[in-house]
Amino acid sequence: MSGISYKSGRVPHAKEHRVVFRNIDRVGWDSSIATYLGEGGYEQLKKALALPKQEIIDEVKKAGLRGRGGAGFPCGVKWGFIPPTNTKPVYLICNADESEPGTFKDRYILHQDPHQLIEGMAIACFAVGANLSYIYIREEFPEAAKIVEKAIAEAHEKGFLGKNIQGSGFDLEIYVHRGAGAYICGEETGLIESLEGKRPYPRIKPPYFPAAMGLYLCPTIVNNVETLCHVKHILEIGADAWAKTGTPNNTGTRILCVSGDVQKPGYYEVEVGKVTMGEVINDMCGGLKPGRELKAVIPGGSSAKVLRADEVFTVGRGDDARQLTIWDIPMDFDTLAACGSMAGSGGVIVIDDSRSISWVLNNINNFYAHESCGQCTPCREGSLWMKKITDRVVAGKASPSDIDTLYGVAKNIDGRTICAFGEACSWPTESFVEKFRDELVSDTRPELEGAIVNAETLTAAAGL
Amino acid sequence: MSEVKTDLVDVEIDGVWYQFPKGMRMIEACRQAGVEVPHYCYHPKLTSPGNCRMCLVEMGMPPRPAPGAEAPAPDENGHLPIAWMPRPVIACANTIGPNMGIRTTGPLTEECRKGVMELLLANHPLDCPICDQAGECSLQEFSVEHGKGESRFRERKVKKPKNVAVGPLIRLDDERCIMCSRCIRFTDEIADDPVLGFTDRGSHTVLTVYPGRELANNYSLNTVDICPVGALTSNDFRFQMRVWFMRETNTIDTNCATGCNITVFARENKIYRITPRQNNEVNSDWMPDSHRLNFHWIESDARLTDPLVKDGDHHRLASWSEAIATAADKLSALDGSEIAVIASARMTNEELLIVNRLVKHLKAGHVDTVARVGEPDGYLISADRNPNTNGVKLVLGLEDPGSQIEAIKAGIEQGRIKAVITLQEDLVDDAGFTPELLGKLDFLLSTYPLANATADASDVVLPGAAWAEKSGTMINATGRLQRLNKAVDAPGQTLEPWEIVRDLIQATGGGNGIYAVTDLFKQLAAEVSEFSGLTWGQIGDLGVPLIETGVTIPLLEREKQRIASGLIVG
Repeated sequence: MSGISYKSGRVPHAKEHRVVFRNIDRVGWDSSIATYLGEGGYEQLKKALALPKQEIIDEVKKAGLRGRGGAGFPCGVKWGFIPPTNTKPVYLICNADESEPGTFKDRYILHQDPHQLIEGMAIACFAVGANLSYIYIREEFPEAAKIVEKAIAEAHEKGFLGKNIQGSGFDLEIYVHRGAGAYICGEETGLIESLEGKRPYPRIKPPYFPAAMGLYLCPTIVNNVETLCHVKHILEIGADAWAKTGTPNNTGTRILCVSGDVQKPGYYEVEVGKVTMGEVINDMCGGLKPGRELKAVIPGGSSAKVLRADEVFTVGRGDDARQLTIWDIPMDFDTLAACGSMAGSGGVIVIDDSRSISWVLNNINNFYAHESCGQCTPCREGSLWMKKITDRVVAGKASPSDIDTLYGVAKNIDGRTICAFGEACSWPTESFVEKFRDELVSDTRPELEGAIVNAETLTAAAGL
Repeated sequence: MSEVKTDLVDVEIDGVWYQFPKGMRMIEACRQAGVEVPHYCYHPKLTSPGNCRMCLVEMGMPPRPAPGAEAPAPDENGHLPIAWMPRPVIACANTIGPNMGIRTTGPLTEECRKGVMELLLANHPLDCPICDQAGECSLQEFSVEHGKGESRFRERKVKKPKNVAVGPLIRLDDERCIMCSRCIRFTDEIADDPVLGFTDRGSHTVLTVYPGRELANNYSLNTVDICPVGALTSNDFRFQMRVWFMRETNTIDTNCATGCNITVFARENKIYRITPRQNNEVNSDWMPDSHRLNFHWIESDARLTDPLVKDGDHHRLASWSEAIATAADKLSALDGSEIAVIASARMTNEELLIVNRLVKHLKAGHVDTVARVGEPDGYLISADRNPNTNGVKLVLGLEDPGSQIEAIKAGIEQGRIKAVITLQEDLVDDAGFTPELLGKLDFLLSTYPLANATADASDVVLPGAAWAEKSGTMINATGRLQRLNKAVDAPGQTLEPWEIVRDLIQATGGGNGIYAVTDLFKQLAAEVSEFSGLTWGQIGDLGVPLIETGVTIPLLEREKQRIASGLIVG
């Protein structure tokens, strides 16, 4: 990118395509509105305010922008779910509760380029008819909240927020709302409950689809930080040009957050589907650590199903069917889904052969047992149960049949809960057991089969 | 099915097609089809959070044809094929739609139930042998019906607070709690006293009462009723009796004119517990604590067990025949204008009918009942604290019950009234008569379950049965005729008031062919036009509307609003 230089050691890789992260780690860049305006900031908002709302929604639909928060749902389609007969206020919420382990992209936008987000939000609010909008920032981002608050004040001062924005007659207020340290607040209906001042218990769907009955039972659009930033860029270059980046049905760029056993963990903005897992690990991240071999990759945040290094994946149907190794997988929504996992939140966790699979799974189970909100039975009881089993596996106090129990518990959660947390906490266990059963079993001790592992086992065995 | 209403949809439940109103909850459609879907958190009178996951069922809709493909053809009955969804859905909060299929059996549903049962019991203390809920516990019932029979749980259970006093009447065992949130929703949505909530999260979630507050509203014990497990227990009933030993009697509450429908739980003539019984025209599923707990006096040491006759300045035991004969002698010597009868609006219609006969037979110059008025609570408690004021008006024929009491007092004072027959009322404590005033009478007869100051002043004291010891009918504030049913035997020689009055009439030379309380009801049906055509059996457990009073019950009015808005099923 001409004319832009990045800080030493933070220079984007040649295979990156920086759009949303264009200004991250840039020399001479700061989060002030002056800097943002100096680079054409808020021009897209001004442009948008002169457009018919439906045209903006149609552009976003045409661009094929898919949600960057985890589910990959088409953003424009989501916006279209607001009932046409609606007479209630519409709210737009930016989900900045970035909590999925392995994901650390939104925080850089909040820290270094908050006006990009505010502009994207303002355009989105105008398009969906929201005059009140919230940015839900997780508790663990105190600095980000301060920076965004300041940016909102600046945007207000310059007339990009508030009453009659840029003389368009459009009013918009954006408020920062802080979480209190709960993963479940990233689930959109849990987030809405939290915003309403309640425990973040996700709502049942139906009937509480946010686009129809969201915040204060009014139509509400909840979008991820990265997704909303893209809205600005779609308007800037047009849906057609924007959709030329990436691959069909997997358009645009997205930020991959690579962590784990690579030489250069970090964030990499790539065209969706244009780079492979091999390129991400070997080229961008400088390869595995010396002397190590790849064991597994969790491609979309800790709740995504694990991919085993020696798996062969069959993707496509009929004549298009082809076989891929883990290195060949293009990092897009559809291929990762076809490989039995998901692109999720873009958190790529690389696991090499130095890691015990039992330890990795226990680490993940610990997280989910701690974060289960406790509202519905399967996840509440199952997440802690799975953690307790893997605790014993790691401690060498489990028997081989405990692995079957572990798998059975996960299956009892999957698909039976109020929200997607059920899948988030059961998929890791399901996939780890399916793909690494031998290693998990090797950490158990057959002589413990049927043994009393604690005093209460007797009671449990005697009861039901 | 030639006549299809537009608001009905075809639903297939376990292979059989039915028609139900569109928008009905799946669980209610199943119930109407005779298929019980197990559930914990769902309660038709509360909102549905869908948190227990016990009601998961398999659901299907007609398949959506791929673009360009032909739509599936309906069968000869007009039903489309059903494409079953791979994921189960909750039957409690989802509504039925056209051509929907529901499977409450089959591998998916059964696996879900087994799974949920195993998870619910994973951290449950399994202390059924010492748990009051045992025998009426949904955990027990559904684990037998739908559970696995064994657990794979080998871990240490989560420890939680036990024996927590959440209010003056209720104890909480958090380890038994399955977090269904029924109690939280009840206190919030029905009792308007949202003091309960969850704290902590995940498997460590605990039900708790807000710091510095307690669950002390007058409807708190309803949370114990709707708790599907033994987490919330009533201090009054705790550890008193195993539920399977008790006999249940469907009857009504007599503490106010609402006449809440109740079930009396008794064993060997001792009442252990009263719970509200659902009647959507009277008390929904609820009742006030103050009424529910007002039964211990029935086994009080002060119960009268034998007729007493005054001998000098004290009473001695007498047989019924002697006591009635004594009374008859005194009354026969007096002119009717010198006799006042004070009956009670706590008496049944049947009793009031025979009281009316007595009044006419004795040509008694004065008759009234004692009024009881309090503050209405805006929920279920009526301002009228008598259960059968409408019966007094209709059967005894009093226009303004309680209005003659002062005149009777004056009559006694002036010596115009020489004898008072008081039936099931304590004139001293409840009607403002002084013992001195009563001392001016030539003759005072009183019937009552308990010894009291009026009995002390009486020449003849007759033990009359308490409300739980007799049968009859009453008319509540809204004009609904309801049945009071005998739950326990009265102690000693106690008789039902109608029997006492019948004997008095006979002893004073009157005659009647009354042998059972149902005989009195037949006479009511023959003589009082409002009762015309009614039979004892028709009244049933839920009563029948009898007269228009224009009175509404506030709690029910709010319930109707919530039903209309779709918040609850009702």
